[in-house]
Amino acid sequence: MEIILNINGQDRKLDVEPRTLLAHAIRDLGLTGTHIGCDSSSCGVCTVLLDHNTPVKSCTMFAVSAEGHTITTVEGLAQGGNLHPIQQAFHDQHGLQCGYCTPGMMLASIALLERNPNPSEEDIRFALSGNLCRCTGYQNIVKAVQQAAQVMGKKSEGLGSAADD
Amino acid sequence: MIPGAFEYHRPTSLEEAVALMGQHGFEARVLAGGQSLIPAMRYRLAQPAVLVDINRLPGLNQLSEEGGMLRVGALVRDTDVEFNSGIQSRYALIADVSRVVADPIVRFRGTVVGSLCHNDPAGDWTAAALASRAQVVIRGPAGERTEAIDDFLVDSFTTSIGEGEIAVEARFPVPGPRTSGAYEKIERKVGDYATAAAAVQLELTEDGRIQEVGIGVTAVALKALRVAEGERLLRGQKPTRDLIRAAAEEAAKIADPNPDARGSKEYKRDMARVLVGRGLIKALGRLGVQL
Amino acid sequence: MAMDTSNLEPKGIQGLGKAIKRKEDARFIQGRGNYLDDIKLPGMIYMALVHSPYAHAKILNIDASEALKIPGVKAVITSKDLAAAGLSWIPTLAGDKQMVLADGKVLYQYQEVAAVYAETRQAAADGAAAVQVEYEPLPVVVDPYKATAPDAPVLREDLKGHMTGAHGPRRHDNHIWTWDVGSKDEAEKTLEKSEIRIKQHMVYPRSHPAPLEPCGCIGDMNPATGRLTVYMTTQAPHAIRTVLSLVTKIPENNIRVISPDIGGGFGNKVPVYPGYVCAIVGSIVLGVPVKWIETRTENLTTTGFARDFHMDVELGATKDGKVTALKVYTLADHGAFDAAADPSKYPAGLFSICTGSYDFQKAYAEVEAVYTNKAPGGVAYRCSFRVTEASYLIERSMDVLAHELKMDPAELRLKNFIQPSQFPYPSALGWTYDSGDYEKTLKVALERIGYAELRKEQAEKRAKGELMGIGISTFTEIVGAGPSKDFDILGIKMFDGAEIRVHPSGSAIVRAGTRHQGQGHETTWAQIVSEELGLDVDKIIVEEGDTDTAPYGLGTYASRSTPTAGGAMALGARRIREKAKKIAAHLLEVGESDVEWADKKFVVKGVPGKSVTMNEVAFAAYTNLPPGMEPGLETTYYYDPPNLTFPNGAYICVVDIDKGTGAVKVRRFVAIDDCGTIINPMIVEGQVHGGLTEGFAMAFMQEIAFDEQGNHLSSNFTDYLLPTALETPKWETGYTVTPSPHHPIGAKGVGESPTVGSPAAYVNAVVDALAHLGVRHIDMPITREKVWKVLRQAGVDSF
Repeated sequence: MEIILNINGQDRKLDVEPRTLLAHAIRDLGLTGTHIGCDSSSCGVCTVLLDHNTPVKSCTMFAVSAEGHTITTVEGLAQGGNLHPIQQAFHDQHGLQCGYCTPGMMLASIALLERNPNPSEEDIRFALSGNLCRCTGYQNIVKAVQQAAQVMGKKSEGLGSAADD
Repeated sequence: MIPGAFEYHRPTSLEEAVALMGQHGFEARVLAGGQSLIPAMRYRLAQPAVLVDINRLPGLNQLSEEGGMLRVGALVRDTDVEFNSGIQSRYALIADVSRVVADPIVRFRGTVVGSLCHNDPAGDWTAAALASRAQVVIRGPAGERTEAIDDFLVDSFTTSIGEGEIAVEARFPVPGPRTSGAYEKIERKVGDYATAAAAVQLELTEDGRIQEVGIGVTAVALKALRVAEGERLLRGQKPTRDLIRAAAEEAAKIADPNPDARGSKEYKRDMARVLVGRGLIKALGRLGVQL
Repeated sequence: MAMDTSNLEPKGIQGLGKAIKRKEDARFIQGRGNYLDDIKLPGMIYMALVHSPYAHAKILNIDASEALKIPGVKAVITSKDLAAAGLSWIPTLAGDKQMVLADGKVLYQYQEVAAVYAETRQAAADGAAAVQVEYEPLPVVVDPYKATAPDAPVLREDLKGHMTGAHGPRRHDNHIWTWDVGSKDEAEKTLEKSEIRIKQHMVYPRSHPAPLEPCGCIGDMNPATGRLTVYMTTQAPHAIRTVLSLVTKIPENNIRVISPDIGGGFGNKVPVYPGYVCAIVGSIVLGVPVKWIETRTENLTTTGFARDFHMDVELGATKDGKVTALKVYTLADHGAFDAAADPSKYPAGLFSICTGSYDFQKAYAEVEAVYTNKAPGGVAYRCSFRVTEASYLIERSMDVLAHELKMDPAELRLKNFIQPSQFPYPSALGWTYDSGDYEKTLKVALERIGYAELRKEQAEKRAKGELMGIGISTFTEIVGAGPSKDFDILGIKMFDGAEIRVHPSGSAIVRAGTRHQGQGHETTWAQIVSEELGLDVDKIIVEEGDTDTAPYGLGTYASRSTPTAGGAMALGARRIREKAKKIAAHLLEVGESDVEWADKKFVVKGVPGKSVTMNEVAFAAYTNLPPGMEPGLETTYYYDPPNLTFPNGAYICVVDIDKGTGAVKVRRFVAIDDCGTIINPMIVEGQVHGGLTEGFAMAFMQEIAFDEQGNHLSSNFTDYLLPTALETPKWETGYTVTPSPHHPIGAKGVGESPTVGSPAAYVNAVVDALAHLGVRHIDMPITREKVWKVLRQAGVDSF
């Protein structure tokens, strides 16, 4: 069936079977930064954002169900040639090694920071516990999220907080 | 892994959804959060011929108190509960559960009602629903009916939802000022099914007796169980450590777990006891009663 | 037109010891990596595999007719079709052979039975589900101890009656080999005479590396040119090319193996798997590119398991704690085919490092391997060839001995360490340890964690009935295989190559035969070259993984990249520097003997102001050469290391135990590593964090388990558990630096130390917490239930 998915601000027309997983649909459009690592919704390397701040495991959602939502993938993070603070932070803090979990991990982190701009280490570990990393031992990922929180906090100073908890 | 092919419907009204379910009968499955269904389909353990995607139905995402009940619509995600400050501050048991269902990303998509309908023997919401004496509202060709949770949870992966019916809402009694609860779960890691878990909710009288109490345990039998004998022991009594020990032991008595990689029968049975005991102590602690 | 040479002053020489950020990150953080499944070729089709539900069964019939009716399904092949191409069986790295697709019978659950090729991944999956296979179940062998029972069913009928295998005599049809080292007689005699003697049985359970990116392959045979391009998730592309050529008879020049970005390897991506072969065969037969991407279930059930060593250890000691002898017997469960990824002469890998950091005069180790109805493998999972098992064995045993002696485990270790003055140290089992200062490393760790105070706290807690434990592991690794006199894989010596080309403007491209999977080679190789040649690190690009362009090398596993390719990189750069020195002399208009390399440039001796940079020399290499000199500034260097390297470390773990549930909480973990010279501290730290986490996973949750029928119980991530950020402890790290005396830059390798060294620390800590309840050992993974059993048996209860 023909569907339209809004990915990183662009409407993309696709012809998919109803059983096509959102992760496959995204990847088949050439946006291969969204990865697939398991079949049981366990690893989170396929995490994308729906409607800007809702992380979902895109291998546990059908592409047809994503119609009408906006989808943000890792390719949509850098704006105007500038890295998103979370991307910069993962680089600065050595928050990645093989890079396979990194897109999902960054998107899950962004969703956390949208809700909680100043998370504790425990908050970060808790919020990222749906995303597996096999390389880093998580410690530098935590540091990266802390750095991003600081940078993003400075940017939004005086603009009020979007958090509701 | 790729699910088998299916026919996809995305109705825009509840009437249309009910009609579709009626038309396709048990060939059809409702798709809400899909966080249990889609992995099962990827492994081809579930191969429904028809999916009725209810995510666009209006009116199913209400999360509000009405008539002494918290109404949780079929499209309320676990995170809607987890991030709702009112629920977090007043519904101790539900708040606890909302932070340990599946994993934090899955919770953005998974629904409370869907979890009840799935009735996994290790489900979290089922035990919580038992402890808080919830109800499920079901819509079918013959109209709407409300089922007590004890009647709703029939057997492993089986509920009282009939052919052509859809569960549209769960209702949890609004806790009074002297009511609290707790959810004690052990899992091998985040995202694992519970090795065992206990949900408790209790209300104290003004003089510190247990007015009403609900105890549910999960992952220790073919479905979540109410620890009725434990509740009976506690009801009307002043809580003591001995009394709690006795009530907790009732959980071990009714537990009939399947041994698996999470633990043997003996271990899980003992955990039912330990976790019910801990849950009761924590709930009482939250009401200012230190034992 | 003259070139602008104004930018020839190097601005960013970032050599050894600099924590520079990684050059490879840019593509990964922007979703522009290029992993195998990201590659899409014109006309490419997809492959899916049919797997056996039985662990041991005869195949009576395979019926693909329903599968072939599915729109989009193009072909289904079975072993018979492969036989026509001579590919129904392939040689393994261990001198055995293995079925590609089941040939007459299946030998483990999930074994590959048929391959389905289709235009879409959906059709391939539907096709695989529609292939009907008729089986006749056979009795299974799951327990390795029962494999060689007289009445055990013969698993490998192809080897029935062959009483000599690749590694010597076989004593049973399910026996593969027996390998031993050291003097059994001396060890036994010494043990008999020892004042104190301990025996302990311990299992290092079967596990799986489970990188988050599963394995995959695209076979791309060009029917017009006869050239086969293979895209493969492989840690060893060059060796794969050679093996493919030998197996397919396609000339090696007509095979190009490309190993794109790898989403984690950890040893999983070293062997050749049936899926790879079927994708390649499919492309050859169908004339289009064929992609196969493993499902997670396929990954966990059929590819490269690790460990599965069942070990019996004996230690003898004097009453005051000086170890006199070590004796080890190990039964190794190799599954249905011996596909262990070890150097040819070492069927049990480097297990003979089991004397650890200690000066044991007498030692003997024996390993026997047997066939069972399980998947083949035996890969070096974040480990240098069975070193993890060896290290666990000795570090666990030292604690058992300390307990028996009623001696502090730190004190026992200090008493038995090889002393700095003993290096190079010849071990009782035949290795020559390069360097180390074990006492210093342990003392740093003890101080850092506050050992004395912790012991005090433990005593106080124990008096109150609370349970806490402290576990130490002072391991020594053996990595960097290896010197060609001892080390080869399928006859190919285990050297590694580096190619360095310096461009006229002072930038460079560097290629190596290794293949990183997250270890940061694109940064660290550049740092070595920057250090040696005085070039801007930002202007050095590193490439690995394409056999058409990279120099030959045996790949990245077993912590060998830095010891081998790192050495090649440094020595290659120094060879370039020799030529550069001649050019520098020419530019400086002095004799070569008047020029020296100082402060990363060429200076005229005694005239500090008179110098040229490497950038200027590079430019001259293409524009202004001494008469008669060959132009250019490049080299290819193959480094055959003179010895292995021996990284070591001292790890200390503190745990608290929940008396109600048996849950173990790691309160602190201090890791002091000594990996010799550190190239990039940030990257080393990252490697340590990751390895400690995998060791933690081994100790507490990871296990590939089977039931009595041989059913795989750990076939996905809900059953094979990888820790999340929430369970993973916080790491406290530190370093001592004892350079390797024989390595060109003194580096030893670090990627695997923490996985090798940490499991014993966790287990020792838990056993220490429970020791007063009569516990001496608990096998990994330490589940809550195992602890709970101890507690309840000892009458400890709580809620």
